Amino acid sequence: MDGLDEIIGEFLVESHENLDQLDRDLIALERDPSSSTLLASVFRTIHTIKGTSGFLAFSILESVTHVGESLLARLRDGELALTPGLTSLLLEVVDAVRSLLTNIEHTGAEGTETYDGLVARLAAVLDGELPEDPAAPEADEAADETDSDEPAEEPAEESEHDLPAPATLGVVPARTDAADVPDTAAAEEPAEGRRSVADSTIRVDVALLDSLMNLVGELVLTRNQMLQRVATREDVELARTTHRLNLVAGELQESVMKMRLQQIDTLWSKLPRVVRDLSVQLGKSVELDMRGKETELDKTILEAVRDPLTHLVRNSIDHGIEKPDVRTAQGKPAHGTLSMRAFHEGGQVNIEITDDGAGIDPARLRDKAVSKGLMDRETAARLSDHEAVNLIFTPGFSTAEGVTNVSGRGVGMDVVRTNIERIGGAIDLSSEPGSGTTVRIRIPLTLAIIPALVVSAAGHRFAIPQVNLLELVRLDAAQAATAIESVHGSPVYRLRGRLLPLVDLRETLDLPGVERETTYVAVLKADNQQYGLVVDDILDTEEIVVKPLGTHLRQLPLYAGATIMGDGAVALILDATALARRAGMTPEAELGTLAAHGADASEDAASLLLVELGDGRRAAIPVAAVDRLEEIERGRIERAGHHEVVQHRGQILPLVRLDHVLHGDAGHQGLSTLQVVVCRQGEQQAGVVVNAILDIVEATLDARTPLDSTGGDGSAVVSGHVTELVDIAQVFAGLPSGDRLAWSA
Amino acid sequence: MSQYCTFALDGHVFGVPVSSVQEVLRSQDLTVVPLAPDEIAGLLNLRGQIVTMLELRARLGLPPREPDAPSVNVVVKSPDGSAVSLVVDEIGDVLAPSRDAFEAPPDTVPASIRSLVTRVCKLDTHLMLLLDTERAVTSEGMS
Repeated sequence: MDGLDEIIGEFLVESHENLDQLDRDLIALERDPSSSTLLASVFRTIHTIKGTSGFLAFSILESVTHVGESLLARLRDGELALTPGLTSLLLEVVDAVRSLLTNIEHTGAEGTETYDGLVARLAAVLDGELPEDPAAPEADEAADETDSDEPAEEPAEESEHDLPAPATLGVVPARTDAADVPDTAAAEEPAEGRRSVADSTIRVDVALLDSLMNLVGELVLTRNQMLQRVATREDVELARTTHRLNLVAGELQESVMKMRLQQIDTLWSKLPRVVRDLSVQLGKSVELDMRGKETELDKTILEAVRDPLTHLVRNSIDHGIEKPDVRTAQGKPAHGTLSMRAFHEGGQVNIEITDDGAGIDPARLRDKAVSKGLMDRETAARLSDHEAVNLIFTPGFSTAEGVTNVSGRGVGMDVVRTNIERIGGAIDLSSEPGSGTTVRIRIPLTLAIIPALVVSAAGHRFAIPQVNLLELVRLDAAQAATAIESVHGSPVYRLRGRLLPLVDLRETLDLPGVERETTYVAVLKADNQQYGLVVDDILDTEEIVVKPLGTHLRQLPLYAGATIMGDGAVALILDATALARRAGMTPEAELGTLAAHGADASEDAASLLLVELGDGRRAAIPVAAVDRLEEIERGRIERAGHHEVVQHRGQILPLVRLDHVLHGDAGHQGLSTLQVVVCRQGEQQAGVVVNAILDIVEATLDARTPLDSTGGDGSAVVSGHVTELVDIAQVFAGLPSGDRLAWSA
Repeated sequence: MSQYCTFALDGHVFGVPVSSVQEVLRSQDLTVVPLAPDEIAGLLNLRGQIVTMLELRARLGLPPREPDAPSVNVVVKSPDGSAVSLVVDEIGDVLAPSRDAFEAPPDTVPASIRSLVTRVCKLDTHLMLLLDTERAVTSEGMS
């Protein structure tokens, strides 16, 4: 019943609005009977009410509007001319409709009044007119006839429009009279003091809401500033007032935000049809299960996720869910299930789309990435399964064997991701081959006010949206000197063993550089890649109101907009993705920072990790063999048999001293932490202990000697130094084989 | 008779229709936009609205202002409805020259200025160059 009640409620609200419009149109029409636009508008309105009332089985309403519509049709077709008499008849129809609607609203039914008299009079006008030729005088006559039927108010009306005064003036009282007809009054009596449906809601221009949201944003900023100031003063009264301002501004912000919220159902309600059509077309049987329909999100965001969501649903049915015979053969129920779930979490909206279909095979995606030249085989092999399936979001990536007309999985997935990220959201895909795929989308509730981190560089302040921020790192000069290293000439920071590329904000924005006492790094995430943004200072987190930049600055992708800070100054909002691009990070860099260099290397140029040994010698390890770099405390080293090992990530990692392999002097005896290059050969891993990690270089190994035959692969001149080339096979030679290592772990 | 708001720029006198001027601002705290073209002096907060400031000297190809030289902001409406501020040297009077005082710009006006100057008005002591504000504030043709 709820569904029907809702429909009736909407019908009532809409009809009441229409009726008010109808009153105005009819009166305007009387003033200008020749206006076909007004007539068309009146006709449309009555027609709409008639149609809906027929649909909802309100037969009296339908019969009244039906004759009204017929009369209007006659007027529209020029068979009748509008006279004041006809106008009041039409206004009577409007009043009858209004009173019927009131009855429906209060009692749920139309009531007992049938309006037979009104219908008969209208019918008479229609019948009486048909055979006659001169339309205008006839209409007047007809009106007169009908007037005699209703002695109470019609004569008054009649005399009114005999006056030379403007016709509109004459009609208005007639209408009021009609509204006082006993049946109408009786229906309205018990409703005293109760708000009607039409009065309890209001339609508001979205632009007005936007401007209200903006103003509230300003208020919130002003409040922030007030709060900061008040904290330093001892004025109790001011503190109390500010506290109240704080509460009011907070509640106001919440209310305004709520005004813009819409249930996700407005978007989802279209999906059952999409699912049904598609499954029929593809010969599949799919059940759609939706939860969290009432989850609300901002209107603009709702618009932005409409297309991506539809695309994902189509994808799931086209590529995810198998045909019934395939499913039964695999022991699954013949009909597939597509479940959609929406819920709020941590100020964000989560949408999950899960199918119980075939899933995505990570191996196939790895192969695809290699065959498309996006990465080399080793890099692909190093990706986790989760990383591999998310390759599907890479531009130009399609795994569909044949792209169907429904969708090619992958064809638009990069677009889906771009659209989601454009509104500050994130998308992630996980898949279990054989049992299904889940796509998770996280989007902010609203766009207008976002939390941001404020940083500074060269005296400028910039805001970074909090959604891009992962963590903050502060390094003093001494730490920075050791922790920031150079890979291939670009600075990197070792964040818990991973190499994090660094982007200096001053350099990127062409601002004057500076010697830093302390280095602040904001670790950012954009486009699935991570990097550290080096800034001068990290100031504060603030709620900011995003404002678009003028047309002159649109071609600068680095800025996502601007905002006004608490002190009234303007600050630019940085676009984390564009910053990474400008700093020369390509999306491929995300696929393994180290290996990306290896992939670029041509045949004769090798990508080498330069390390320093204890006695000042230099050695080079092929980057292709390097998994990651670690720092391991000396105290963690344990012994297993003849080998030094360290427990690491739930595994036992054997350590190899490169000095031993290359028969040099161990120079790192005194150090408390060891620099370890984790290398891989096949399935086997080993930690190669070196004295220092220097750089990664691309080198052509022309000047090469087989001079040291001790444990290396010869020597070459790399970066102006004679460097010993490490033979990885030699490093692993001293270790037990992979099988036995696995057993010992 | 139309009224024109005049201002000085590198010794020239320019005029814009008074109707296109929203307000005139003295020194403002501006936010510089790194990497932006020279024509963009920065952004300013005009009662909650973010306004782009255009360096009119750069826009007209005139030599840059001496550092520390005073400047004035003439805020005009851009065609898309937003406000844009033109940074000029000094604000002048509002003039209402008669219609027949205007002429097409002579050939001697530098080419960089000609694209934005629609007409020249002969005043008693000097010439007023009538600036095409619409063209001046749109991003077209900017470096």
